[in-house]
Amino acid sequence: MLLPIRKRNKEDDVTRRHSTFWWAVLVVMALIAAACGGGGTTTTTQAPGGEMTTTTAAPGETTTTQPTAEFEPGPLGAVTVAPGEPIKIAALQAISGAVASLGEDQVRGIEIAIDDRGGELLGHPIELQVEDDGCSAEGGTTGAQRIVADPQVVGIIGTSCSGAGVPASQIMSEAGLVMISGSNTSPALTSDLAGNPGSAWQPGYFRTAHNDIIQGEAAAIFAYQELGLTRAATIHDGDPYTEGLANAFGRSFQELGGEVVLATAINKGDTDMRPVLTEVAAAGAEVIFFPIFQPEGDFIAQQAREIAGLEDVVLFGADGLLSDTYVVNEFTVGMYFSGPASPEGSAYDEFVAKYQEKYGEAPIQSFHAHAYDAANMLFAAIEQVAVVEDDGTVHIDRQALRDALYATEGFQGLTGTLTCDEFGDCADPRIDIVQRTEETPDIAAVRANVLFTYEPGA
Amino acid sequence: MAQTVDARQALPERELVPSPPVDLGAAVKWGLIAGMTAVFVSAIGMVQAFEVRSVVVGVDLGYLVLFGAALVFGYAAARPGEQLEGFLAPERGVRNVAAGLIAGLVGGAVLWLFVLLIGAVDIRSVFPSVSPQLRDLLTFGRGAGFAAAALIGGFGLVGALGGGIPVLPERIRAPLVNALAWVLAFGLFEDLFAQIFRGAKVPFLEDLLYQPGGGLSLVGALIVFVLFFAVYLSTASRRETVRSRIATMSPSERRRWVGVGLVVAIVILAVLPQILGNFLSEVFDLAGIFLMMALGLNIVVGYAGLLDLGYVAFFAVGAYTTAVLTSPGSPRWSPEMTFVAALPFIVLAAAMAGIMVGTPVLRMRGDYLAIVTLGFGEIARLLFLSDWLKPYFGGAQGILQIPPLELGPLTFRSSLDFFYPIYAFVLVFAYVSWALQNSRIGRGWMAMREDEPVAEVMGVDVVKAKLTAFVIGAILASFGGALFAHKIGSVFPHSFQILVSIVVLVIIIVGGIGSIPGVVVGALILVGAPELLREFAEFRYLIYGVLLIFMMLKKPEGFIPSRQRARELHQEEMMQDAWLRKEEEAAAAAGS
Amino acid sequence: MTAASAAATGRGPSRFGFVKGFLWAVRILAVFGILWGSYFSITGGRLSFDQWKDLMVFGVAQGSVYALIALGYTMVYGVLGFINFAHGEVFMSGAMIGFFAANYLNQTGLWASQPFLSLFIVLLVCMTASTLVAVGVERVAYRPLRNAPRLIPLITSIGASFFLQYAFRGLFGAGVKSYPAVRALDGAWNVLGFRVIKTQGIVILAAVGMMVLLYLLVERTKTGRAMRAVAEDQEIARLMGVDVDRTIVTVFAVGGAMAGVAGLLWGLVFQQVFFFTGFLPGIKAFTSAVLGGIGNIVGAMVGGLVLGAVESIGPSLVLAGLGVPAAHQLKDVVAFLALVLVLVFRPTGIMGERLAEERA
Repeated sequence: MLLPIRKRNKEDDVTRRHSTFWWAVLVVMALIAAACGGGGTTTTTQAPGGEMTTTTAAPGETTTTQPTAEFEPGPLGAVTVAPGEPIKIAALQAISGAVASLGEDQVRGIEIAIDDRGGELLGHPIELQVEDDGCSAEGGTTGAQRIVADPQVVGIIGTSCSGAGVPASQIMSEAGLVMISGSNTSPALTSDLAGNPGSAWQPGYFRTAHNDIIQGEAAAIFAYQELGLTRAATIHDGDPYTEGLANAFGRSFQELGGEVVLATAINKGDTDMRPVLTEVAAAGAEVIFFPIFQPEGDFIAQQAREIAGLEDVVLFGADGLLSDTYVVNEFTVGMYFSGPASPEGSAYDEFVAKYQEKYGEAPIQSFHAHAYDAANMLFAAIEQVAVVEDDGTVHIDRQALRDALYATEGFQGLTGTLTCDEFGDCADPRIDIVQRTEETPDIAAVRANVLFTYEPGA
Repeated sequence: MAQTVDARQALPERELVPSPPVDLGAAVKWGLIAGMTAVFVSAIGMVQAFEVRSVVVGVDLGYLVLFGAALVFGYAAARPGEQLEGFLAPERGVRNVAAGLIAGLVGGAVLWLFVLLIGAVDIRSVFPSVSPQLRDLLTFGRGAGFAAAALIGGFGLVGALGGGIPVLPERIRAPLVNALAWVLAFGLFEDLFAQIFRGAKVPFLEDLLYQPGGGLSLVGALIVFVLFFAVYLSTASRRETVRSRIATMSPSERRRWVGVGLVVAIVILAVLPQILGNFLSEVFDLAGIFLMMALGLNIVVGYAGLLDLGYVAFFAVGAYTTAVLTSPGSPRWSPEMTFVAALPFIVLAAAMAGIMVGTPVLRMRGDYLAIVTLGFGEIARLLFLSDWLKPYFGGAQGILQIPPLELGPLTFRSSLDFFYPIYAFVLVFAYVSWALQNSRIGRGWMAMREDEPVAEVMGVDVVKAKLTAFVIGAILASFGGALFAHKIGSVFPHSFQILVSIVVLVIIIVGGIGSIPGVVVGALILVGAPELLREFAEFRYLIYGVLLIFMMLKKPEGFIPSRQRARELHQEEMMQDAWLRKEEEAAAAAGS
Repeated sequence: MTAASAAATGRGPSRFGFVKGFLWAVRILAVFGILWGSYFSITGGRLSFDQWKDLMVFGVAQGSVYALIALGYTMVYGVLGFINFAHGEVFMSGAMIGFFAANYLNQTGLWASQPFLSLFIVLLVCMTASTLVAVGVERVAYRPLRNAPRLIPLITSIGASFFLQYAFRGLFGAGVKSYPAVRALDGAWNVLGFRVIKTQGIVILAAVGMMVLLYLLVERTKTGRAMRAVAEDQEIARLMGVDVDRTIVTVFAVGGAMAGVAGLLWGLVFQQVFFFTGFLPGIKAFTSAVLGGIGNIVGAMVGGLVLGAVESIGPSLVLAGLGVPAAHQLKDVVAFLALVLVLVFRPTGIMGERLAEERA
């Protein structure tokens, strides 16, 4: 070392000075604390109604406060919202990672639903707590835990991904909440539509998105019967949603008598689809069903036309691609899409206008309307079961809320007329097959260009 | 050598030289940075998104972030330069404040120009977050003139406050800054503290500290501030004494204290989840699982020096083996074993995976190893995801219905329950890796890490050492995977992205590579932080990234470096370099 | 300890026997698998000869994109010796900013009327944006850590990568942005019997051109000599009068500019960009750089091409022939296995290391 070494010297000195100072501070602190204690008490007594957020806990837990005399909570407990307090709902959506747009789009749908009500429900402001489900099982677990840790949360809109939905629905169900997803489609979460619950079904779980089985069947019937195609290829991207839907399509298509010449897959993040499309061409497919998302969906539609042998192939997507940022592209001309039947164009147009105004961009994915409907369904159910006291205190019984949601019938939403079955599938069972043509360059026009409407059992 | 570092810190405050005049260029530079930062946080939508979030008595998080830029960079502008041994510290005083003020004014002016810009031109088609509402926020709803006064004035004021921080006497400064940080933390993590209060059966504290609409109340802020100020002030000197005490302790004495510390830690661990409640337990569980992996990777990277970027492969193998063996929902073959019965198979599968990854990479060095292991991580995920192996592993639909963890008569179900088995395993693994560190094989690893050919010549069996490191690392990760599978109740290929490998690597490096306490702290902070940052919703990875860079710049050796590592990364070299640079600059200045 | 060490604890020759045996088994299995799969694929007649040729072109084009990004990777690695994880994001920022320029030009009509002029303008924008980001990241996240062990800047590069991704997402939104198509580049050329889609042809040409330029820069200019000197030994280079800081900034700037070019080409070929675009190509480019021999400029090019070709042809040729369903889902498995095999045979990559020899 070149530089001089200096020794620590005045340590004792400093310590002594510190300790005197410390005593002084301690005295000051005690004084202030005393003053604060007084102040604190005043604050609490000033709280209107004398009682803050009171939540009656589920049976088995200790109840710290007595429920009000008029209101008797059910077996799952209840949420009590004091005057001036917000009614809390949570969004559990994928807002980070590659699929961030999927969740962000739905959060925006929920926010617009809240705005439409002027931010209020039953005279209370609506507070939205947004959690990230990370599109993964562990993300769904932590997010759901965080939500249920707050006993004031009434219901959850989510998850974005079925993988996150499996553990999340279990956690929320055990906590007595309700959860409505706008984009889970796995049959495991609800039922196989033949009366058998899925392996991950939980009471209190609902969804406004379609069960894969319905949509797959609708698309298969259209391709086989209406278009008269007999050789299909399916492509999924390894997401439980797309894989489930592609397989559901394949099964239905084969049952109808068609042939699935190639059931293949790509990965999220892939950009060069030409090799896989060459395989499709070699297999001699007449239609490619690829119920995936952007951006991979762009690459397939765009590159398919460059492949020898696929010049005339029919491209068929699902609601994952039925978004404005997708259909504006010219390479989507001629494509078919399956998606929920929309009751009338104008309501959706208005919604899109609000979206544009609020977020400065066109809807970035395709499930915002499902999430919007999910939020409105929840609000409607809350309004229906809430017990309102004279001073504005609101009690929401958790079991009653669940029952009200299961009883939802003929609810008019952007995605159609929603009716919930006993396993929580609420989506309008009607599926529209729409086509993008030269004359329909935007999403509203595409949605209006309905070629075929499928009604199960009809 | 170590003494020199101490000596620098203990530079007496008395020996002062008159401070140089305010470095105008530097102050303006920091001001520009402050302004750009403020514009940036506005343009990414942070200010607007955080507007609804009240932190302390009506001050919302949006403005806090905005003006925080002025504070931080005001401080940066006024911060005294690097103190060097043998040089006298410059006097601190009004000039620091002035530097902060200038930086703040410049920053405010930049932000004001931005306000003017977005008033004049609609740039929303490019920047969707630059909305009319943002403009209203930045002008406080009162037009550009008021905005000019408020932004420039406000930034100047806050910048001056930031600049004033170094002026405060040392013994007040640290407690003050720390106490303010605590106030901020209490405000930001309101719901966490509320949960802790509820869990600790002191719910009245919640009402005392927080106001009904959210955020700390004035009273609450004062209590927190005074409390922590006093605590820091009173313990500042003691910490020094304790530290020097520890340094002079005899080995036997130290061992005794470590034992006492362990017992205390175990007692705390035992009661902790009861206080924390389910969500915070969940965060700790997740941190614990990552901790297990980090302890394993620490052996591979920290001890043996084999840079493994595909560590998630072993985690996945553990989780999937568990799922297949225990779940009734396993697609092809479901023996529905218990965890204990499945354990030998899990270990076996992990060991085999370790050999399969370890053998081909035996001859590879450094970054070749990194990319090949990264490849193995992706291969594992893709195979579990593939349609090809779907009949065995469920493909994209994963494997559901994994039963809760059973250990003998005990069943672990909730996040709260899981805390105990996870941390029990963590303790065991921490002991194992501590024991390995001082074992023959551990010394072999370290010799190999330093210089492989030399180690080989000295009789270290390199092949054996490498394979053992991989296998032990794989087994530790597979335990993490097994517990993860039981805890979540389902496995999906999605949970095994490259990101997991990266996070584990970040944990051991930020914690302090090769050091077990460092790894523990690293895991708690780096897994805990993103979960706690959930508050920041879509901005959390942005903040995470910034924190990562900041931490590495401030403490490149990690939070708690291993003793040996600290020696390697010695401060002196950096100090001498800095000194040399200064000299060069001075020479260059004199020359021009 | 377990099966592993049990197998490995034997003394002397027997253990080496195990390792050697294992590696030989891997090699034989690989060769056998490749031959077996190829045999069935080719004799099965699933794909026509033209389709095989197409696959080759697709692979080379995709590989060229990887190669362009890999050039930047390899430069930074060669000179500084650490993995710059943020390089993928540097590339993304060029593509993203370029999108807005392209979109603007498209609105003014210049894109349609003067496609090549507009492409040139957008190219400049992309290069500028990427260069600025690359140099900025160097200044903030790497320069202060010049003397730290190489794992430390690796971590800051991960931090920078997160920051850039989410900053771009915040600034420009999470949606996917679609580049306007260039009408003049529709269709395909016929090169020696291979059908080459025009945009792909341009990518391949650009990659080769950039590689040559970079090679000349490093090997023939004074700046290049300074770079090589810094790569050899920073301290000695400094003593010899090389301005180390400036040289390193130049390295980042050149790497950034390359990434900018890649960004524009990305926009041309794939016509879209979003905040996560950089992540995967970044990793692939890193793989290419290693595959070719990291630090070696020609190696980066070769590595990129090989990787692209393997990804494109491998699944169809080998996996499909072995009867694996959804073979293209596993293209990354094939790519990484190819990497492992190459490194098992040649531990320093196809072309070996260049810029600096011997980096442990």
